[in-house]
Amino acid sequence: MTAFILRRLVQSVLVMLVVALISFALFRFVGDPVASLMGQEATAADRDALRARLGLDQPFWMQFIDYIGRVLRGDFGISYRLQQPVAELILQRLPATLELALVSGIAAFVLGVALGVYTALNRRGWLSNAIMTVSLIGVSLPTFLIGVLLIWVFAVELQWLPSFGRGEVVQIGGWRTGFLTESGRVALILPAITLGLYQLTLIMRLVRAEMLEVLRTDYIKFARARGLSNRAIHFGHALKNTLVPVITITGLQLGSIIAFAIITETVFQWPGVGAFFINAVRFVDVPVMAAYLMLIALIFVVINLIVDLLYYVVDPRLRVDRGAARH
Amino acid sequence: MSDFTPEDRPNALRRAWDSDLAYSFRTSPVALVSGVVATLIILGAVLAPLIAPHNPFDPATLNLMDGFTPPMEPNAFTGNVYWLGTDNQGRDVFSTILYGARTSLFVGFAAVLFAMTLGITLGLIAGFRGGWLDGLLMRVADVQLTFPSILLALLIFGVARGFIPAAYREAMAIWVLIVAIGLSDWVQYARVVRGATMVEKNKEYVQAARVIGAHPVKILVRHILPNVMGPVLVIATIGLALAIIAEATLSFLGVGLPPTQPSLGTLIRIGQGFLFSGEWWILAFPSAALLALALSVNLLGDWLRDALNPRLR
Repeated sequence: MTAFILRRLVQSVLVMLVVALISFALFRFVGDPVASLMGQEATAADRDALRARLGLDQPFWMQFIDYIGRVLRGDFGISYRLQQPVAELILQRLPATLELALVSGIAAFVLGVALGVYTALNRRGWLSNAIMTVSLIGVSLPTFLIGVLLIWVFAVELQWLPSFGRGEVVQIGGWRTGFLTESGRVALILPAITLGLYQLTLIMRLVRAEMLEVLRTDYIKFARARGLSNRAIHFGHALKNTLVPVITITGLQLGSIIAFAIITETVFQWPGVGAFFINAVRFVDVPVMAAYLMLIALIFVVINLIVDLLYYVVDPRLRVDRGAARH
Repeated sequence: MSDFTPEDRPNALRRAWDSDLAYSFRTSPVALVSGVVATLIILGAVLAPLIAPHNPFDPATLNLMDGFTPPMEPNAFTGNVYWLGTDNQGRDVFSTILYGARTSLFVGFAAVLFAMTLGITLGLIAGFRGGWLDGLLMRVADVQLTFPSILLALLIFGVARGFIPAAYREAMAIWVLIVAIGLSDWVQYARVVRGATMVEKNKEYVQAARVIGAHPVKILVRHILPNVMGPVLVIATIGLALAIIAEATLSFLGVGLPPTQPSLGTLIRIGQGFLFSGEWWILAFPSAALLALALSVNLLGDWLRDALNPRLR
């Protein structure tokens, strides 16, 4: 167990180091940081002084170690485009992304499980068939197209919902929330559907497949023989046993939600981290790109680490197998 | 079959028609419809310069007065009729779709080819050699698989764009995009090929080839490769749909191809701007074309997977 955790930790740190190296290389070799910080009137002596002050006259590896030290202290440099500290800019935009990801993640999980159970229990019903067909289209549609179509129908034709932005926001400490105002909640609907639809179909199909499999097992037959109510069998016995893989997959999908937020945020001009990153790519704002790269890698590494560890906690067979294989 | 003489041997076309795969294709309605749709779009894209009513990128053939013509209605000033209408610059939407699909398909095919070549090469070597190289490649693959491929393509594209001097960014965009999408998807091929190679390399025909002293590269390319191509084709077909969607997404986000080289994604991006003023056709038809293309290729891939895998029948 300890060896396993250690190995996974080492692997995670290695991944982060490689990403840091890429970020740093981006930082170091794209454009001339001295030229972008100083005006045209600066003399050669001024440039050399700044170069020495920034540590750019040091060898590459020394600079890399310096860079890691700064990153660990939360210093990601200054945005070329906005001339503000990158860490500050990202922290300002993080609540918008997290609120969007949270709402669509929860909606996808709850609706996905509910629809999955329904379609598994009523396999031949017309509603189940309709849901499955719609979900097939949902999987094939690219995320951005879903967003554009939703805007067309609900914002342009029906004019029920706003097509862009976050509505009014309330500042609570360092967190700018859209949950507390009417316009903020309304503005969340279309982006949340766009972001959650793919995860919803994924979870639904998974729950359906797992349920169908579990319902065929002997202990379900035995439960029926004991005369338990359908309700107790379906929700007490069957659903409980399908949830382990479902929770794992949902956990892994958290990272995807944050990744696909890039697309959704751009379609709906949602003022989050993803749209900020796209703008950074467009204007080649290197410090922002490097910081985002590190942030997204960190999120994925942490999620995967947690899911791997949860496997161990949840499934005792894994522990036994590993232990036996070592001897 | 004693009366079977070489003269009876049917020609290649006849044998292809009679094969299991062709039979499965002919009898599957989904595969037939998707096949027809995909073929039509691909033909339209390839033959775009011949069949498009206009060349949308030749300013000499454009008339600004034709701008915003609704589909199937005569223009208020010029009286010209366009099947699918025109955009703000008077470009025929049908023609821009043909040329856009051309770009989308080129990027899609090139990205798949790149991913396939890279994945097959690394997979063959890893499976055949084993050892530390295999271990390293599979660790990299594990890590890469935890990221969604569209995010990877976006990150690789962003990083690569950073390294290219500003003057070349527009011109290089299409190649950078192909490499970025290809790099985001090579793992699938490498894994499948590695697994199949590890099985194949212990079979007798490979041992026989080794015994007669064939060069390892020759064994890999001539003997093992043809036997691992089945699953690769399935991945490549589904990969084509994914690559087309990835390219459309990046171009839609405005970080893919420059406006001078519009793909279907760029056209949808342009069309979105006219949605609020009521010119729905500039958005709707390119979106429908992208959807038809991605969906038909996807369904073809699903069919191919089932048809090549006898256990699923």
